[in-house]
Amino acid sequence: MSAPVPPGTGDRRRTRGIRAALGRIGAIFVKELIQLRRDRITFAMMAFIPLAQLLLFGYAINTNPRDLPTAVFVRDDSIFARTFLTALRNTDYFEITAVARSEAELDALIVSGAVQFGVEIPAGFGRDLIRGERPAILVVADASDPTATGGAVAALEGLGASLFARELTGPAAKLAAGEQPYEIRVHRRYNPGGETRLNIVPGLMGTILTLTMLIFTALSITREIERGTMENLLVMPVRPVEIMIGKILPYLAVGAGQTALILVFARLLFAVPIEGSLALLLALTMLFVLANLAVGYTFSTIADTQLQAMQMSFFFFLPNILLSGFMFPFRGMPAWAQYVGEVLPLTHYLRIVRGIMLKGAGLGDLRTDVVALAAFTLAAMALAVARFRQTLD
Amino acid sequence: MRPEAAAAGEPAAGPDVVIDVEGLTKSFGGRVVVDGLTMQVRKGLIYGFLGPNGSGKTTTIRMLCGLLTPDSGRGTCLGYDILTQSDEIKRHVGYMTQRFSLYGDLSIRENLEFVARVYGLPEPRRAAQEAIDRLGLANRAGQLAGNLSGGWKQRLALGACILPQPQLLLLDEPTAGVDPKARRDFWDEIHALAGEGLTVLVSTHYMDEAERCHEIAYIAYGELLAQGTAADVIAKAHLATWTVTGPDLAALSEALKKTPGVEMVTAFGASLHVSGRDSARLEAAVAPFRARGTQAWRRDEPTLEDAFIDLMSRSKDNFG
Repeated sequence: MSAPVPPGTGDRRRTRGIRAALGRIGAIFVKELIQLRRDRITFAMMAFIPLAQLLLFGYAINTNPRDLPTAVFVRDDSIFARTFLTALRNTDYFEITAVARSEAELDALIVSGAVQFGVEIPAGFGRDLIRGERPAILVVADASDPTATGGAVAALEGLGASLFARELTGPAAKLAAGEQPYEIRVHRRYNPGGETRLNIVPGLMGTILTLTMLIFTALSITREIERGTMENLLVMPVRPVEIMIGKILPYLAVGAGQTALILVFARLLFAVPIEGSLALLLALTMLFVLANLAVGYTFSTIADTQLQAMQMSFFFFLPNILLSGFMFPFRGMPAWAQYVGEVLPLTHYLRIVRGIMLKGAGLGDLRTDVVALAAFTLAAMALAVARFRQTLD
Repeated sequence: MRPEAAAAGEPAAGPDVVIDVEGLTKSFGGRVVVDGLTMQVRKGLIYGFLGPNGSGKTTTIRMLCGLLTPDSGRGTCLGYDILTQSDEIKRHVGYMTQRFSLYGDLSIRENLEFVARVYGLPEPRRAAQEAIDRLGLANRAGQLAGNLSGGWKQRLALGACILPQPQLLLLDEPTAGVDPKARRDFWDEIHALAGEGLTVLVSTHYMDEAERCHEIAYIAYGELLAQGTAADVIAKAHLATWTVTGPDLAALSEALKKTPGVEMVTAFGASLHVSGRDSARLEAAVAPFRARGTQAWRRDEPTLEDAFIDLMSRSKDNFG
């Protein structure tokens, strides 16, 4: 502005008009770009998150899982029993991973979640089949996740009459041509109606707790840094472990309150049962809450700002939802995705909460998941203490 | 430089030396912020730490209390090694940060009780109440610390600092942005604490505050340039100074700045301070201006500020 302008009109000309507004917008735009570029973690996340999540979940999600672990209890040694088992495997839905020697053993395998299906072939199956007595094969399905079992059950029912065409010769040949010479009795356990809410509501409990707990502690250290109170805290004679425990404990109480709230409403609004011990459910839920608080706190020690801590939380939250078996059947995922899922706390908690609420599982049935959850919590806490910067270097 | 400590050649020199460090060096991202700093502070002294912005004052204070690890150098604070015993140092040092760092969303009482508990004082509630009374905050005790004015925040921060009864106070620009009355009260309090045997290291920009310290150290661009009492520092600067009053000082100032032999021309309201390191050269340089008779010229004693500005202009700027 070289031409002399009266002060009032000059100001007005400079502050009004679209061109001036664009200039100011441009100034802010450039400033934001510079700041964004300097915030390395945010920048990396912007590029990395969408791509990683897309690839990860695009390949991992399969709502029609195959190769489901199956236990068999075979009480007949005829060729028909063996043929049936071969056909079962050939459907690709069933993978025989255990051979039970009693009904009780078969049951235990299902309650603990070691297998999805239990197949029992009764004594005298082959003999009864030839006699045309239509013997029944009992298939017990863990239907706590209805989507996981749907495809497999349909395949089972489609085996049809032709199954034994080669074995049925001579006078029995007519059986192969007619009606299916045996019966399959599918017993959908834990959720006989195949109702999705029975599976979703306990799962939601885990998801809600994951998100809320994670964010509570994820902000705890970064908030101190952003408000400038960290410097004061660091010169006080308090150890990193003490800071961590002191910061986590209040949220453990918040987590207990949220758990109570969710359980009451799950009962009142969705009529979800609690087949097992309520005390065990509460105790293990607290362990799960602690695991997430520890993860959040760890993020807090890594992130520089509250925004970064939030981004890390979401980055952690998404696989928890998608790869834990909450949204999609765990066993439908490829092996590598299942390995990823195994290190997420929600995966183990879902097995625990569905096990206790729907199957009435006890501590013994769930010990693998309990140990995994405890190990995870300890590892996260150890990392947080190691990561905690005791100086401003 | 304290000769007896230097002669001993041992960092832990005698019971009355509270801070004893040598060769402290710290860089951030390749830029040396503190460069080979050596200093000693005796018990019961108020030790002023002066220097321009970015001269390494805050970094030095942080190294003394264990918040930063020096790249090299060694020393003790209260007899504890600053490299290995920062836990003990933290227990006995009160550090008041430059920026208010108590919890804004906690009340005065809650903040003080928090501090008392962290330091494991036997009766945290009573200790907090006593601090509130001592600071004259009784009728504000329930107010959120974040809502206090600058002066009250600073009072509270000092109160929190001395609550655990430290032996050494490290105050990083405690009076920045505080009104003159509150500054004066604050310094009265500091002197009272020093009278009780507390050692105080305080960084400041204010010359009047520097003059209230027992000893001062001037640090610029990471190096300690002068150390001693205010009178020592002025004397060591070897400055000759003239004070000029009268009309047309702005034009005179411009002319003097171009004159060889004149090192420094500073305006103080209606007067100019004209200084040079060589008294005879300065005399000769200003003679023609005095001869004009437009302004009144008077030989004057250099002030601490003259000495500092001279030190600052002599030291190289490593930002450039």
